[in-house]
Amino acid sequence: MIGLPHYLLLGTIIFCIGIFGVLTRRNAVAVLMSVELMLNAVNINFVAANKYIAPDSAVGQLFSVFVIVVAAAEIAVGLALVISIYRQRGSVDLHDFNLLKW
Amino acid sequence: MYEFILPNAWLIAFLPFLAAALIFLFVHRWPGISAGLSILSIAAACIFSIPLASAVFAEPGGAVFEYSMRWLQMPGLQVDMGLLLDPLTAVMLLVVTSIATLVQIYSLGYMEGDPGFASYYGYQSLFAASMLGLVMANNFGQMFVFWELVGICSYFLIGFWFGLDSAKNAAIKAFITNRVGDFGFLLGILFLQIIFGTLSFTALAHVIPGYQNVAVLIPVAILLFFGPMGKSAQFPLHGWLPDAMEGPTPVSALIHAATMVAAGVYLVARAFFIFASVPQAMTVIAVVGGFTALFAATIAITQNDIKRILAYSTLSQLGYMMMAMGIGAMTAGMFHLMTHAFFKSLLFLGAGSVIHAMHEEQNIWKMGNLSRKMPITTWTFIIGALALSGIPPLSGFWSKDEILLAAYSSGHIGLYVLGVVVAFMTAFYMFRLIFTAFYGSNTYGQEKAHENRGVITVPLVILAVAAVLVGFVNSPLMHHVFGEYVNSPLGIHPHPSIGIMVSSSLIAGAGILLAWLIYQKNVISHEALRQKFSGLYTLVQNKYYIDEIYTRLGEILVYGGARVMFWIDIHIVNGFVNGIAYLTGKSGDSLKYTEDGQVQSYAMYMMAGVLILVVLGAIAVESAVL
Amino acid sequence: MLNLASVTLFDAVFIVIAGITITAALGVVLFRNIIYSALSLILAFLGAAAVYFQLNAGFLGVIQILVYAGAISVLIIFAIMLVMNRAAGETNLSSPRTREVFIGGTITAMMLTALMAVMGFTSWPLTGRPGPDNSPGLLAELMLGDYVIAFEAAAILLLVAVVGAIILAKGVENK
Repeated sequence: MIGLPHYLLLGTIIFCIGIFGVLTRRNAVAVLMSVELMLNAVNINFVAANKYIAPDSAVGQLFSVFVIVVAAAEIAVGLALVISIYRQRGSVDLHDFNLLKW
Repeated sequence: MYEFILPNAWLIAFLPFLAAALIFLFVHRWPGISAGLSILSIAAACIFSIPLASAVFAEPGGAVFEYSMRWLQMPGLQVDMGLLLDPLTAVMLLVVTSIATLVQIYSLGYMEGDPGFASYYGYQSLFAASMLGLVMANNFGQMFVFWELVGICSYFLIGFWFGLDSAKNAAIKAFITNRVGDFGFLLGILFLQIIFGTLSFTALAHVIPGYQNVAVLIPVAILLFFGPMGKSAQFPLHGWLPDAMEGPTPVSALIHAATMVAAGVYLVARAFFIFASVPQAMTVIAVVGGFTALFAATIAITQNDIKRILAYSTLSQLGYMMMAMGIGAMTAGMFHLMTHAFFKSLLFLGAGSVIHAMHEEQNIWKMGNLSRKMPITTWTFIIGALALSGIPPLSGFWSKDEILLAAYSSGHIGLYVLGVVVAFMTAFYMFRLIFTAFYGSNTYGQEKAHENRGVITVPLVILAVAAVLVGFVNSPLMHHVFGEYVNSPLGIHPHPSIGIMVSSSLIAGAGILLAWLIYQKNVISHEALRQKFSGLYTLVQNKYYIDEIYTRLGEILVYGGARVMFWIDIHIVNGFVNGIAYLTGKSGDSLKYTEDGQVQSYAMYMMAGVLILVVLGAIAVESAVL
Repeated sequence: MLNLASVTLFDAVFIVIAGITITAALGVVLFRNIIYSALSLILAFLGAAAVYFQLNAGFLGVIQILVYAGAISVLIIFAIMLVMNRAAGETNLSSPRTREVFIGGTITAMMLTALMAVMGFTSWPLTGRPGPDNSPGLLAELMLGDYVIAFEAAAILLLVAVVGAIILAKGVENK
């Protein structure tokens, strides 16, 4: 009974939760964590599609592998940036970083 | 001889043009050679016109030769250039070339010593070339080109003494008034091209007379008539002709008496089939012509400058010709054009002789008793005046009579009476001029003047002979030979009437008698008359203030228009531009608050954009499914 | 969607796993203590790995556990520790401006609705064939066969990221 729509729905819900996190959290690290959530949701979609729509080859899973690779690289660099900013400004509250305003 | 001249008739117009080009490009440093070249070219044109005319008149009813070549060929538009040689053309050629030759010979004496002698002859040749090209054109477009050329030559020649402000202004006034007429003329030509697809006279003559949709032709005909209104100085575009007297007198004789102003009448004759098919246009032409005749005659009575009197007389006679055309008497109109060319140019050249002798004095009250010292001038002038007044058996009698006859017999009694009144006034003011300047109690003329040289007097004599004899070609004595050739199937051909002839001669005689009584014998003092009608006199002498009205009208239109434009520019255009700048500033002021430096706000805007895209995608998918 | 009469073991497992994952995801964004958020994130990763296992992507599931729940989560916790400058319970607050939160929530809800609508209206070309083989061999064939260039590029990307992270974190010293 559980089929493709259910997996896609799961992915969508997690994606939207991730969006909420990106838009409303104050801590920079929390924002990065929410981005990780969104990437995971996308991965779930890929794998589900691979099984139900194109099961002959494992291209969906391969794509998910690459997404994982990119996510890892991105969070490494992102956290390095956050730490660097913390050294400069003493805080990781996003509301404190508003120099580029009118 | 005929085989050579007929296909090469374009030489008649080309030779004077060649002379003009040579004079302006190379020869103008030598006045004598310039004059010689010019006179030679126009004399050659005159000589060439003779076999051409005899070829045309060889057949009964007149032969018609047309030569044309394709000049422009585009899909949907074909323009031909060509020559149309029929009796009408032949008559005009003979008249124009002969009078132009005599005027150019006369100018040798009149313009002697003038620093612009060579350019004068250049312009004269150019004018002759343009006029001859005009009368030989076989389609409206070609004629319009020469029409404009003639206008510009008139400008050059009126403003010949360009150091004088009055001459400059007169030249500009002439050209602009002409231009106004030409605007309507061009619109008419364009309508013809659009409606009929051709501008050739012979082609249109086949198509128009039976054309059903007359209502469309009415505005076309009236627009076409604008050209002659400007060129032949009909009311209300008449104001330039008296001012054109600022030019040298031979110019006035040639252009503003005999040839250029006759071009309008010639056009009406050439395009007669168009006008005759539109009765409303004919009425307009006749009324305009008649009114001009009366209007100008009244002004001529009060003028004191010898050339102005003759100018208003020209206006009046042009009105006569137009009136004749308007009532359908094409033959009579062309006949009067021919006789008028001879005696009016004679009068102008005579006036020029007087002016030259009196050292540029033009006021008739400052002359007097010129007959004692200038017999040849006096007698030729009197012959010209008699011809103009319509005294038999001179040429003017036959032609004016024909017009009055046509008016009476076709039922236009009002115009007939108008013609008679104008004839009376014509005789009156001409002999007022003669009795004041050539006879009378003043002795200024007698003291200062002396007769001029042969170069001046011989053309006068030749023209006087012509003024006497030319009229016979359309008289009952020669069985109206002129009318056999120059006629239109749509025109009217009245039978001669002794009663009209006698009555018109008596009226003219009465006019001469009245002038004699007032100005020679002082039975009624003209001063007293002037006092008694002083209001009317002032009005008429100031040309009914038409020029002042036009100036005021122009001021109102131009300055008023400028004020409106200025207001639009300052408030609307500037307002628009300033408004845009204001809007930009205001929207910038409002939108700057979106740049708050917060990363999450930017993320929110991006997410909103993505959301819109997703919603659009959902709509697309939904509409595909449902 | 859920026909309670014909629930198989497969379906029940999926429902449980989905519930855990969603709850963990909510926990990531809603906890006020960022350490709790990080731990919820680890749980979410594990839930995703379970989903992969259920979808015949065993190798991927293992990679997920190793990389995400292993390395990345540790990295995140390290970073949290390095930048903790206030009491642990107040590190993961939401924005104080309620209007922002409200707009964020609205956008999220609308996005959810729109995506669900798209999913609902699309007719997926489902095949009834059995899923791919549950072996790393399939992945390896693709990775080192058709997609070897992407593979190599990903390797270079990782190298660059590592170098960059080190430089950024170390800072540039003014000599």
